Amino acid sequence: MTATASIPAAVPKVGKFRSTKLPAVDERTLDNGLRALAVRKPGVPLIQARLVLPAPRPKATTADRAKQMVLAETLQSGTQHRDSVEVAEALQRMGANLHVRADSEDLRLQGAALSPSLADYLALIAELLAEPAFPKGEVEIERARKAQEVLLQRSEPAMIARTAFKRRLFGEHPYAGGLPEPETVAGITAADLRRYFTSLVSARNGFLILVGDLRPAKALDAAEAALGSWTGAAKSSRLPALPAVESGPILLVDRPGAAQSNIRIGGPALTRNDAGLPALLLANMIFGGYFSSRLVENIRERQGYTYSPRSWIDHQPLGSVLTIQADVGTEVTAPALLEMRYELGRIATVPVSTDELDAARRYLIGTTALSTQTQSGLAEYLQTLSLAGLGLDYLRELPKRLEKVSVDDVRDAAAEYLAPARLPTVIVGDTKAIRDSLETLDTVEDAPQP
Amino acid sequence: MAAVPAKTRRTKRPPAPSFAVERFRLDNGLRVVLMPDSSAPTVAIAVVYDVGFRSEPEGMTGFAHLFEHLMFEGSVTLEKGQHDKLVTGNGGVMNGSTRADYTNYYEQLPSNALELGLYLEADRMRGLRLTDENVQNQIAVVKEEIRVNVVNQPFGGFPWILLPPVMFKTFANAHNGYGSFVDLEAATVDQASDFFDQYYAPGNATLVVAGDLDAGKTREMVEHHFGTVPARAVPPLGSFTEPAPKKERRSVHEDPLAPLGAVAVAYRVPDPINQFEDYVASAVLTDLLADGTASRLYQRLVKRDQLATHVGGMLGTFGDPFDMRDPTMLQLLAYHPGGSIDPILDALDEELAAVGAGAATEEEVDRVVTTMTAQTIRRVDDIMNRALVAAALEQQRSRAELLGELPGLFAAVTPDDVTRVAAEWLRPTSRAVLEVVPGGQR
Repeated sequence: MTATASIPAAVPKVGKFRSTKLPAVDERTLDNGLRALAVRKPGVPLIQARLVLPAPRPKATTADRAKQMVLAETLQSGTQHRDSVEVAEALQRMGANLHVRADSEDLRLQGAALSPSLADYLALIAELLAEPAFPKGEVEIERARKAQEVLLQRSEPAMIARTAFKRRLFGEHPYAGGLPEPETVAGITAADLRRYFTSLVSARNGFLILVGDLRPAKALDAAEAALGSWTGAAKSSRLPALPAVESGPILLVDRPGAAQSNIRIGGPALTRNDAGLPALLLANMIFGGYFSSRLVENIRERQGYTYSPRSWIDHQPLGSVLTIQADVGTEVTAPALLEMRYELGRIATVPVSTDELDAARRYLIGTTALSTQTQSGLAEYLQTLSLAGLGLDYLRELPKRLEKVSVDDVRDAAAEYLAPARLPTVIVGDTKAIRDSLETLDTVEDAPQP
Repeated sequence: MAAVPAKTRRTKRPPAPSFAVERFRLDNGLRVVLMPDSSAPTVAIAVVYDVGFRSEPEGMTGFAHLFEHLMFEGSVTLEKGQHDKLVTGNGGVMNGSTRADYTNYYEQLPSNALELGLYLEADRMRGLRLTDENVQNQIAVVKEEIRVNVVNQPFGGFPWILLPPVMFKTFANAHNGYGSFVDLEAATVDQASDFFDQYYAPGNATLVVAGDLDAGKTREMVEHHFGTVPARAVPPLGSFTEPAPKKERRSVHEDPLAPLGAVAVAYRVPDPINQFEDYVASAVLTDLLADGTASRLYQRLVKRDQLATHVGGMLGTFGDPFDMRDPTMLQLLAYHPGGSIDPILDALDEELAAVGAGAATEEEVDRVVTTMTAQTIRRVDDIMNRALVAAALEQQRSRAELLGELPGLFAAVTPDDVTRVAAEWLRPTSRAVLEVVPGGQR
């Protein structure tokens, strides 16, 4: 094409990497056992809040999942002092948003507000927790809406795959989550929600993270004034340990006529508290963790089987999980799975090159720094670290730990956690079209609809 | 229990951040904006080309987006895969996206890699290494992208692909920007080469560099790397304007995967560039009608009448009000359990008529503006977003500074402005209605 003679001779040299200075974290444990953390991060006049309250449900069923879903929708539906409209308008006046999510481990309230409204925002959150009204009419509206949303989720291939994959890994454990029947969701009552909330959600061992344009001492005072006296549930239990994951046949979930197959492969991974995690993080990167990885190079850039293949590690309090995903054309399902398993086998048995390792290392160090540069990014990172009982020192140390990882360390980590023989496979797709060719690769078993 | 804040308190809006802007233009026509911010050792680079899917000729639907993919497949000096390896291998992230009126390319890097990023963008502005193998590969990738997001997805393409052909009559405005498989499969290296020559001239591009940079040194680097890209002919800025509907336009789409019903109702709005004040008022109007649980349509359709389970509103094809030229639309969406959409439309008309007759109060507009202010500044806390938004504003309006000015402009909108825009533009007789009906087994 339009090339000219005046091309700069070479790719410019990159100077010395300067890492981001992480800010100080001020911390105070309130009388009710809630830990409050405040970080000054000016820039834009906003504050980010992440409140995590323990709500363990050791024997959670899909009926509990239904309650969690409706609870998350109705916690903002009114208090003893305000109806749902007044809550919504109060948030608007603060330039705020507030999202609630509930699972079998905790209840989370997260959002942001304009910085002058910090105290009002925390006071409103405290009011929602201390005197939730769960008005009957509002619950009836929200449960009907949620039932419709579940109906939609049950038709979404990514949600079907995620649910089936988690069930494959976690079995009956609450971490499996699961999708309740719409009818179950539609049957949740205000009394169910009140009972669930008051008996399970507590302040003790919970934490609040505030990040943004704030004065830490003042922010902690505001947190104490708003949230220091609410205790919530008196008793708390523990979730059981995660079940061991056994390898087995490919599980097939049928979606007749599907244009694509959703492939999910994965298993347990190291946690943030494990010394070997940096090696596994790098093995995952080289395998499928970023655009320049082997998985993307193979099944996207060479074969054109898929748009957005990737692999990542989720860290949750009871354990971490590696997930490898690719949504591929129905007609290339078996070839795509073959290549995915080939790349797994390759990284588990053949040493990576030092170029690959150095590139992945620089990517992880660089993007870890990038991810803490916004108020919301820093708040998210602090939240996931706090869930693992860690602080920002983890992030300060991580680059040094990544620097020490050798080619042998990567191979050892991959042999343990990326070995294709150990990782379960779940595929959602048109069973009739894909079963025969998959059976040439492995044994196949039909799984029920999740 | 902490004190309950008074219910009628006026909102507290902090001063919006302003962003320093330095601009210049190279001899080859490239427009450049520098936005220094040394709060973290990072830089963001955005290059936006003034071509989007509205510029595609008939028979080449989806080509602008396919071409975006090809910009990562090798340049004159770099082989396929080298661009992303140089960015990610130096600790950065990169991507691109195709919109109605532009295509952007961007990377965020540690600031020590600023010059590398500038080199990479200049390099692919200079020329591409197009091969039939790479074109065929990316056609396959794009088809899988369309399968993920549209073909294999309930409500795929709703409303961004499905609504434009109801509202608009011209090919440019009405056609599917993702493209038909037939057109995509017919794409060739020669077409890509022509497309590059026609639209990817430096004079048709805007470069924004934001973050930890020294303006003087960065200017030298920009001149060094981009200054040697030869000037090429710049396509004239065409107009896609077409008349607004004189009577309602309707269509029904059967979605085999959808388990629920949905409806999108769209109205033409003032010209985003040439009727800017009224356009800003329509942004406020959009949020007042349909943003969040306090909004009028949520309260009416979801809470009071319980006709819909979800309500949404967007100004512009993808909900970014300031990334499109005329014509564009205000879109109102509702999902519902099924059955006739007439009760939804009747309730909608009542609400719009009320707003058009002056129902919006000062207190209401004030809190809507406060939330819009917060959303606007939250978005630009991230320097990558800041560079991308600034690039579109600079390209279409020569005004990157709008980034910091938008909160003030929202605040200047009065209830009377909202009333006037609603009355003039949101008329049942000039709307487009798209109904999605579940077509599969329930």
